[in-house]
Amino acid sequence: MNRPLAHYCHLMISERMPKLMIWCYDNRRTVLPFITLAVMLLIWELTARYSGWSPHVFPSPSKVVYSMGELIANGALLRHSIASLFRVTVGFYLAVIFAIPLGIFLGRMEIFNLMLNPLIQFLRPISPLAWIPLAVLWFGIGDKPAVFLIFLSCFFPSCGGHGDSGSCHLIRFFFQVAANFKFNHWETITKIILPAIMPNVLTALRLTMGIGWLVVVAAEMLAVRSGLGYLILDSRNALRMDYVMVGMMMIGLLGIVLDELMRRLVHLHPSLQRPY
Amino acid sequence: MGHILIQDVCKSYKNRRLERRGPHDLYQPNEMMHVLDHISLEFLEGEMVCLLGPSGCGKSTLLRIIAGFDTPASGEVTIDGEKVRGPSPHHIFVFQHSGLLPWMTVWQNVELGVRNVGDVRARGEIIQENIDMVDLTGFEQHYPYQLSGGMQRRAELARALAANPDVLIMDEPFNGLDFLSHMKIREEIVNMHELLRKTTLVVTHDIDDALLMGDRVVVMSGRPAQVTLNRQLDFPHPRDPKKNTVLGDARDELFLMLGVSYAI
Ligand SMILES: Nc1ncnc2c1ncn2[C@@H]1O[C@H](COP(=O)(O)OP(=O)(O)OP(=O)(O)O)[C@@H](O)[C@H]1O
Ligand SMILES: [Mg+2]
Repeated sequence: MNRPLAHYCHLMISERMPKLMIWCYDNRRTVLPFITLAVMLLIWELTARYSGWSPHVFPSPSKVVYSMGELIANGALLRHSIASLFRVTVGFYLAVIFAIPLGIFLGRMEIFNLMLNPLIQFLRPISPLAWIPLAVLWFGIGDKPAVFLIFLSCFFPSCGGHGDSGSCHLIRFFFQVAANFKFNHWETITKIILPAIMPNVLTALRLTMGIGWLVVVAAEMLAVRSGLGYLILDSRNALRMDYVMVGMMMIGLLGIVLDELMRRLVHLHPSLQRPY
Repeated sequence: MGHILIQDVCKSYKNRRLERRGPHDLYQPNEMMHVLDHISLEFLEGEMVCLLGPSGCGKSTLLRIIAGFDTPASGEVTIDGEKVRGPSPHHIFVFQHSGLLPWMTVWQNVELGVRNVGDVRARGEIIQENIDMVDLTGFEQHYPYQLSGGMQRRAELARALAANPDVLIMDEPFNGLDFLSHMKIREEIVNMHELLRKTTLVVTHDIDDALLMGDRVVVMSGRPAQVTLNRQLDFPHPRDPKKNTVLGDARDELFLMLGVSYAI
């Protein structure tokens, strides 16, 4: 007997149980994460209070929440978050605009694929952070080097992958359908290639967005004076670990939101579902 | 329309890679594998032709050549006196596995068949007519993954018919269907053929399919494939080999020919 856990949970639930527990069971998808969160916060709070560390080194969650209130009140948190989101968005879009057509092109043209693929494979494993010195040298200070780094970090993950799918067996088979109904080149691209690779592309974009969000923090520790990365660096210099933690929390929260948005994109339209 | 002449068609594939098919046969690189060996056939206008043959003998290959997806090594295929030079909406191929585009609804898929019809209203009518014909009314806005295997097969049939081709080429249209869907779609294809009289080529593994559907049955031998039987079946539909003794004899003969001596 291999019944799902839910089956046994239902068996355990009876009329005699308190209403609250039934409510918790019905909303377990929200309740359980909050239980974890509460336990974590409790452990954190207790450690901060009784470990003997100074609150300047290891601030308690209540202190961090209080500081977050401060940063929200004076507008700094909003300003820095917007700055980071702006850089990620610009770098991400620039990368996607170049990388996806390139990926499709390479998938279609074997010669260029053979020529460019080694270069891409060579550049891909170089961490975007290794480009920091060059980025600053080339683009000076301000948004540009940061956007450049995000562009780099987003470019490779979004041009690979579906490049190969252009020649995969399934697509070749759809090309035959296209040929049978006399599609021209443009229709082959818009009605066959793009829809065929779209689910893969969206998954790749979700991954890419995550990487961009990782890199933006490092990029903002360069020559900029805004963004969550800058907030963290600046607060460290001021020895305000509570602000550092606020910055980290904000990065985590916005990261979840971005990922969720990208995940929803994949389920946006029934034409993105595949039977296989 | 739809007279097909296959003249002396040969086809061989190069085995580029070292391939292990069974425990003992290791294909040598660049060894030529002869698949079709001087195939000559003539299919008349409006005929329903059933192709039989052992698995891997080259039935799909022959169909692909007729459809223009593949070129023969020698010989040629002409349809209505015109040499086949590539895929075209005049001869529509229905694939061995579902050939519907998964990102399009049934309606949009069938619409592919009527791309040359200019008038939008006329186009819509043809689409609806064909969807109704294969009994998919009400499923116009469904995506292929929302349909059962048999419904997908019928949707593809509707798409092929909407193109109003001279020749309809079906590679194992009953592949992967349950028994009842098999029977129903076979009946639908027969009815469709009675109605429209399009030259239809059907590859099947099932001798009874061939006997019940075909105006002509062609049997191919194992690789390299040659035509071992090309026989017209002039019986009215619906047919029953159990009742019609001539058909029954033909059935026994076919089974013998394909290497089965005792068939139920
Ligand atoms: N693109 C290809 N490259 C190399 N060999 C091929 C290719 N396509 C088919 N073949 C070979 O040609 C032979 C005939 O293949 P084909 O698909 O026509 O067989 P079939 O009669 O349709 O078989 P089945 O009934 O199993 O579908 C097979 O042995 C197969 O290995
Ligand atoms: Mg086949």
